[in-house]
Formats: sequence, structure tokens, C-alpha cells
Amino acid sequence: MAQRPVAIGRSLGYLAAALLLTLLGVPLLAIFLRAGGGVLPGPSDWAALRFTLTQASLSALFSVFLALPVARALARRRFPGRRMMVALTGAPFILPVVVAVMGLLAIFGAHGLLNTLAAQVGLGPWRIYGLHGVVLAHVFFNMPLAVRMILQGWQGIPSERFRLAAQLDLSPGGVFRLLEWPMLRQVVPGALAAIFAICLASFAVALILGGGPRATTVELGIYQAFMFDFDLGRAAVLALMQTALVAAAAILALLVTRMDGSGTGLDRALPRWDSPGGWRRLADVLGLIAAGAFLVGPLVAVALAGLSGFGDLPPGLWPAIANSLIVSLLSALTTVIVALALSAAQSRVVQGIGLLPLALSPLVLGTGYFLILNPVIVPGRLALPVTVLVNTLMALPFSLRVLAPAYVRVEADFGRLADTLALRGLARLRWLLLPRLRAPIGFAAGLAAALSMGDLGVITLFGSADRQTLPLLMFRLMGAYRTEAAASCGLILMALSFGIFWLFDQGGGKSNA
Amino acid sequence: MKHLGFVAGCLLATQAAAQTPVLNVYTYDSFVPEWGPGPAIEKAFETKCGCDVVFTAAGDGAALLSRIRLEGERTEADVVLGLDTSLIAQARATGLFAETDVDAAYDLPVAWSDKTFVPYDWGYFAFVGNAGEDHPTSFRALADSDTTIVIEDPRSSTPGLGLLMWVKAAYGDEAPEIWEALADNIVTVTPGWSEAYGMFLDGEADMVLSYTTSPAYHVIAEDDSSKQAVAFDEGNYTQIEVAAKVASSDQSELADRFLAFLVEETAQGILPTTNWMYPAVMPAGGLPEAFEQIVAPGKALLMAPDQAEAARSGALEEWRNALSQ
Amino acid sequence: MLELRAVDIRQDDFRLRADLAVATGRKVAVIGPSGAGKSTLLSTIAGFFRQTSGQVVWQGRPLDGVAPGKRPISMLFQDGNLFPHLDIARNIGLGIAPSLRLSEQDRARVEDALQRVGLGGMGGRTPAALSGGQQSRAALARILVQNRPLLLLDEPFAALGPALRAEMLDLVSDLVDETGVTLLMVSHDPADARRIAQDIMLVDDGHAYPPAEAGQMLADPPEALRRYLG
Repeated sequence: MAQRPVAIGRSLGYLAAALLLTLLGVPLLAIFLRAGGGVLPGPSDWAALRFTLTQASLSALFSVFLALPVARALARRRFPGRRMMVALTGAPFILPVVVAVMGLLAIFGAHGLLNTLAAQVGLGPWRIYGLHGVVLAHVFFNMPLAVRMILQGWQGIPSERFRLAAQLDLSPGGVFRLLEWPMLRQVVPGALAAIFAICLASFAVALILGGGPRATTVELGIYQAFMFDFDLGRAAVLALMQTALVAAAAILALLVTRMDGSGTGLDRALPRWDSPGGWRRLADVLGLIAAGAFLVGPLVAVALAGLSGFGDLPPGLWPAIANSLIVSLLSALTTVIVALALSAAQSRVVQGIGLLPLALSPLVLGTGYFLILNPVIVPGRLALPVTVLVNTLMALPFSLRVLAPAYVRVEADFGRLADTLALRGLARLRWLLLPRLRAPIGFAAGLAAALSMGDLGVITLFGSADRQTLPLLMFRLMGAYRTEAAASCGLILMALSFGIFWLFDQGGGKSNA
Repeated sequence: MKHLGFVAGCLLATQAAAQTPVLNVYTYDSFVPEWGPGPAIEKAFETKCGCDVVFTAAGDGAALLSRIRLEGERTEADVVLGLDTSLIAQARATGLFAETDVDAAYDLPVAWSDKTFVPYDWGYFAFVGNAGEDHPTSFRALADSDTTIVIEDPRSSTPGLGLLMWVKAAYGDEAPEIWEALADNIVTVTPGWSEAYGMFLDGEADMVLSYTTSPAYHVIAEDDSSKQAVAFDEGNYTQIEVAAKVASSDQSELADRFLAFLVEETAQGILPTTNWMYPAVMPAGGLPEAFEQIVAPGKALLMAPDQAEAARSGALEEWRNALSQ
Repeated sequence: MLELRAVDIRQDDFRLRADLAVATGRKVAVIGPSGAGKSTLLSTIAGFFRQTSGQVVWQGRPLDGVAPGKRPISMLFQDGNLFPHLDIARNIGLGIAPSLRLSEQDRARVEDALQRVGLGGMGGRTPAALSGGQQSRAALARILVQNRPLLLLDEPFAALGPALRAEMLDLVSDLVDETGVTLLMVSHDPADARRIAQDIMLVDDGHAYPPAEAGQMLADPPEALRRYLG
């Protein structure tokens, strides 16, 4: 009975999708036009493509399969600090890449904690560099995302079914077969595809930890084509290749995931009756501790490394913080607006379009916009709006993933009631959507704010001396031998990212996954 | 009529005073921070020129050149500061740069006669390690040793490109062999200098590709003499950083004056301890003491710009093949 | 008068035809086996579901293409009749103005409606703070302020106990008598129908039959109704 003749707001969603496609397509077109056509990829590009696909596939597989036991433990255990743990496991995802790599090296590097411990018992040394290092870093970044997606799936199973399972005294195996496996079959492929898509565009991580040109990704090829060869045609073709891959992953993700509109009416927590004890409890506990240590260890390392350099921080820190906050807040605002507009379409196709920005690196977008703006206005003058725009596009896939299903659920639960009351336009937004979507909006805004806080973005193309952001300051400190001050800057960046995420998330009320 | 002309003259004069000429200088990122050479040089030049110097930072040297090429003749830049010898041929081919009459008695390891690109500082690429350790002193010795190194990627960083040229200049057709032999010494290849140097400081490798001047920073800024650069028997590759006037500049004369100022005493005195490179023209006061202790390579290697440009893609291919196995 | 002119509703294998009229002011119970399409019929009248062919007409005016909120219809669903995030007064106020910009007079109307359903002074509570019966009353209070001539009830009281349900039906009956609205009410229970309905509309076998006088129908049920009643 979902076929509804009235579609208030849906046209807005399609309009937003068209705008998004324009914002993504026009820069590519501009680069092609300027290049006067494409340049066919050479053998090294194909090698890069192969490596990109390999590392993205492995990263997605490991991220999701390691996330499974963690999500399951979080879903069926209630313990003090559980919400904190859920929040904390989300941390690596919003961490700036360079900061995260510093943290990872402090644990897994040649003189990292792991090798130090291994040496005590006469093992090692263990080298992080290579494909396994790339995958390790990507798992660090993306496993939290997988945990959240799968945990959402678990919590999406109506508690009545668990009650029924408890009533029937089903074994854990039975619960798995009857309740959990059907859910996983829906959620896992979507999570795999999403993380695969995210890892496709990896550049710095793959290079730093990859150990050499074997670990060359398509994204590096794009960078090289732009910056070192000034071969715009090749850059555009590589960007197109990457877009096609992400589009394929996005389509796959959509084919296998259902936009689930079912949900319960009044707000309540979900009790569980089937938390098995014995060795399963022990396994859950150990799994949670291991995952916690893996995700939090590098963060602690970043924090410790940053403590000593505070005295050495330059006065430019404060304006940099202010600039970063402005960019971050504006990006969060625009991201939520665009994500809400796209969600209004309540369409899987539109949701798929919302994933496409994953495919276009900030470099491609920035260069495209640069070429479009240059004949009209000095691009540097539009640094702030363009940075906000690019950050918005980069955060959109993640914010949309949070908002779109929640939007569908609200419309499924209350859409008809709102329709009979002629609740439309702004009134519907104010009295139905905003209050019902508070939690996901808070979460999505926090995610967007944190992601754009840590992003170096298109500043290279549009930046100027007086518009220094925190990541840029950190990079400049690193580039001036001032590693301790840079580490402190990284710590501040991390604290600000988490802080702003936490504030938004709290502002949205409870976020249960 | 006479009065009218006088009034008009006054108006024009006040307008001119209100509109101080602006000199737009595009440069790389590490030039502009408060601890970099930018602010001091800006201040010094502004007291002489009655103009306003505006620095715009655009990544590293390669990104800088890309940006100018993207902007083309519509660029606001009057001066581009921060290209190096590996990029000169590409830069010249764009036709976006104009000749200047600036000349000075350069103290460079090579003779300089280029009329477009004005050298303002220079340095030697070198592997830097911890002092007191026994470091290999040639590529072959390095390859034969267990010493681990971090290097930068020639496809995304200027030092990385410098190393590529270094091996090519020293070994020519034997370069692939050297790279193959070095493969097991290379811990990893980073996108830029910052990551590589940071990893070296964190102990991820014994040595890092940097500059001979790197130890001087630690001595002067941190009073730490634990770092040591190594002169290689083959010689060390030279990086000369240059600035140039943009042909489409509407402040051509001011740009010339800025370029001239850049190689004069004041600016040259600022550069060593802010940009951590050798001055292009030795200041009367000489160099800071820490600079005197810097290791001096026996031989300065450098490929001429056209030669470097011609060798680049082939050398890159060799590098990738050797390290991809 | 509500007319369903040669209405044909199809979805996949499901098919329901209706060609009937309901006189203004009548109270009609819609009964029939589950899955027969009672809710679908009401959804079609309310504008949530579009018929494949035929017309829904109210007082001579076709309603096709009119958005649900613009139809002269108020409706209560099986559940989800109140927004859990808004207090009761606001939930009811939405029936007056979707913008919730209410005048003094409007507010007084909301309070009157609350009084009428026995929830005087409880406007500040959220739905979660009310019992099931009170929630139903609050929803009915909104129906009052909405003041639409056609009321559709899709088993909104199904979850209530028999006594409470009877109480609600009596309240509905009173309200309908006071306001003179036309009522279509889905029900499973012939007792409900006996309690308040004047007419019974049978939905079975892919047909919605024209309503007939309830007492007569129940006393001498036609074949289809007899089968349903068992």
C-alpha cells in the first residue's frame, strides 16, 4: 500500500539530486574541455587500478568481518559505558588522515608499542609497510562505520521477535539462523560496498603505509597528473574511471540494501532477552576489549605525542582555530540542508547519487571549479564558499546515509497522519520532520562538521596566506621541522573534531547507533 | 580651466595615495607562515617600495606551477617565487614568465645566466641520519647495507623528484640497477617531505631524504646536534630555488624591483634561518655558525633544466619498475 | 452524499470494486473478512491510494487529484494518530492550522475539544504520558476541531479492551450526532456495528456492497454476510 498519489517534497528531492549531479559533473566537464579531450590510461594506470581494487576489496572485507562480532556484542550486551564505547568507536572515522597515521605508527610502527612489546618476548620486528599496512589503516578508519551500520541492522530487528525467540527458548544458533542471518544478508553487502567505495579514493594512507610504488592508487595518478605533469586530460580520464568504480559500488550497495521504512511508534529502548552467558559472554567481552584497544590505542598515542608541544605553538593558532570552526559549522549546515532535501525524494536512486561524491577527490572538484570560476572572478576570492561547497560534497554521502533511512521511517510512521492534517512545506518540516529527525540530524551534522574540520580540502588551490585553517597550520608546522608543535596541533584538531561532533550529537538527543 | 586641472590633479593624487600598488606574489606553502621567510621579507620590501606585498600560498613548488598554468594569463600574480631547477623547463614552456634585468654575483655551485628565473637560495639533497652512527656514503654502499631509508615520491613531491634526478645524474643508464638494489632499504615512500621527515624523527627508518641543511635547523632552533647529513661519494644533487616575473603582470616594474630585492643583502640574510637553505648571494655577515658545520659534498650534481625535463618521464618509469617488483 | 462511482482498485492480485453511495449524515460500519480490502477502501476515499478507474465523489464534487489534507475528510488509523514529539494541545491544534499559529480563539477551541472528550487541562501532556484510552480521546478531540464533514475510522480502537472500546464508540456516536458528520467505520465485530451504526457496508469477494440498514442486515444477513458472521 505504499503507493501514494501525493508526493509533497519529493520534487524537492529530485531537484536537489539534479543540482548535485550538476555540481559533480560540471567540474569534470570543465577539466575535459580545458584538456581538449581525454588521454587514454597507460599501463601504469592499469596497475594502479588493480592495486586500488585489491586494497579496497580487502579493506572492505576485513572491516566488515571484524565489525561483525563487535556489533553483535554491542547489540546484545548492556553494560555501563556502552554508549560511550559506541561513540568512541566512531572516533577514527572523523580523524584527519595524517593525524591518524601518526597514531597508527605509534602503535604499529618500527618503534611502536607493538614492536616494543614483541621485542620483550624476543619476537618481531614486525613491519607495517605494505598491502597489509594499507589494509590495517583502512580497517582502523572504516571498521567503526561497519560496526555502526551492522549495529543499526541489529537494533532494527523488532524486539518482539527477540521476545518470541526467548519464549521459544531458541538456541543462539537458532536466533542467528532465524533472526540475525536474514538481517545480515541485507546489511552486510551494503556495508561492504560502502567501505569499498570509501577506500577506492585513498591516497595518503596507501602511499605512506604501502611501502612504495607497488601501492599506487588511482588517486595518486590523479594528483600526479594535475600537479606534476599538468596533464589535465589524463587526470580527467582517471577521475572518470574512479567515478565509474564508485558508481558501480553504489549501485551494488543499493541493489542489495532495502530502504527500510518499518519502525515503531513511540520512543522506547529495546530490551533483549537472549544474551547468552558462558563462553559466549567471555568472547563478547574479549572482542569488545580488543576492538576498543585497536581503535582507541592510536588516539591515545596521538594525545600523548601532542602534550609536549603546546608551548611551541605559534600565535597563528587562534585565527586558524576560528577559520576551521567557521568552515566546519558552515559545512555542517549546508550538508544537513542538502541531505534533508535529497532525503525528501525517498528514492534509492537519489540515495545512490548521494554516494557519488565519494568518487571525486577534492582535487578534481577544486580544479574543476577553479577552471569554471577563473574566467569570471579570481578564484582565491571565493576560497571560503568553494571550501564549504567541497566539504559539503565530501560529507554528504555519510550524512545522507544517516538521514535518508530515518526520513523514510518518519514518513512511513507519520506521513499519512501529516497528510490528513494538510501538513506540508515548512509546517511539515517544523512540526514533523525536524522534531522526529533530531537525533539523526544531530549525528549527521556532527559527522559533517568533524569531517570538514580535519580536511585539508581545496585550500591548496584556493588558499591564501591569511586564510590558514588548523589542518593547514599543522601541515605547515610539519613542513618546518616543528614536529612537536605539529603533534600538539594534531591533538587540538582531534579534540576539536570530537568536541564538535559530540556537541551536535548531544544536541540531537540520544543517538543509539 | 586652470583651476579645474588643479582640482583634478589633486583628486588623482589622493586616489593614487589611497590605492597603494599591490604586488601579488604566489609562493609555496612553507614560505608564508609567521616563522617562514615571507613575513620578514614582506616587511623589509614594503618599507622600501611604498607598496603592499600580498603572498598567496599554493602547496609546494609543483602545485604552484600548476596553479599558474590553470590561471593562465588571467592570473593576478606578479611574481612567482618557489620553483626549482626541476620545474624550470616546464615553467619556461608555458610562456607565462617574462625576462628581467636582475643580476647579482651569485654564490651558486653552478654558473647562472638565466634571464627569466632569478635564483634566491639553494641547497643539497642529502640523506640525514642520527649523528654518531656509521652511515653509508654512496648509493652503492647504502644498497649493500642494512640501513633503512624513507624517501619521498617523485610523482608528488619536489625532493622525491630531486632524488630521482640525483640517481639519474650520478648513474645514467645504471640508474635502474641502483634503484633495484635500494628497494630493500626503502621502508616506504611518502607523498611529501613532511611525512617522511616526521617518520624519520619517530624512528621509522635510519635515514631520510632531506637536505644537508637539515641538521642546522636542529642546532639553531632546538640546540640539538644529534642529526647528521651525509655527503655521498657520487656527489649530492643540487636544488636551486628560483623566482620569476609573470609576463601578464600589471606591476612589471615593481616585480623587477622585488626580484632585485630578493637577491640583495637584507633578503639573503633572512633566508638561511627561515627557509633553511643557502643564500644565493653570500651576505656580508656570512652564515650562522651552525651552517659552517654543515657537511659539504665533494661534488655538486645538477642537470640543466632542459636535460632534466627530457630525462624525467624515463627516469620515473625506471624508478617505478625497479621498485614495483 | 459520498459516491463511489464504478470505483475499481487494483494492486497486484488484489482487486476491489465499489459502485455505491452513502447518504450524508449516516453512520456506516464497514465489515468483512480480513484481507477483503476494508482499509484499502478507506485509504482510497481518503486519498492515500489511487483507484485504477472510477471516481470518488463528495456532494457532487469529484475528489480525484485532491490531496488527502485538502479533502473534506478526517481520519483515524489503527495506530500512529498522534505525534509523540508534540504535546496533546499541539496535536489537536494541528487540526486547526498546520502552521500551529493559533489565535486566542483557536486555543479556546482546543481546550473546549479537550473538555468535550474528558481530557480538560491535560493539553500540556505528551502522548506517552497518556493511557491508551486517553490517547484515543485526544485523537477524537482533534477530529472535533478539524470539523470535516466525513469521518473515516480504520479500527482506531482495536487495541483497547471491550469496555473501553464500547466507551469510545459511544463517544464517537455522540460526537457524530452532535456534528452531523457522515461516518465510515471499519469493524470486525458485529456488536460494534450494532452499537452505533445505522448501516452496514459489506466488503467481500472483491466487492464493496452498497450499505443497507443495519438491523435488517443482521437480522436477515445476505449470503456473503452470513458466511462472514459464521
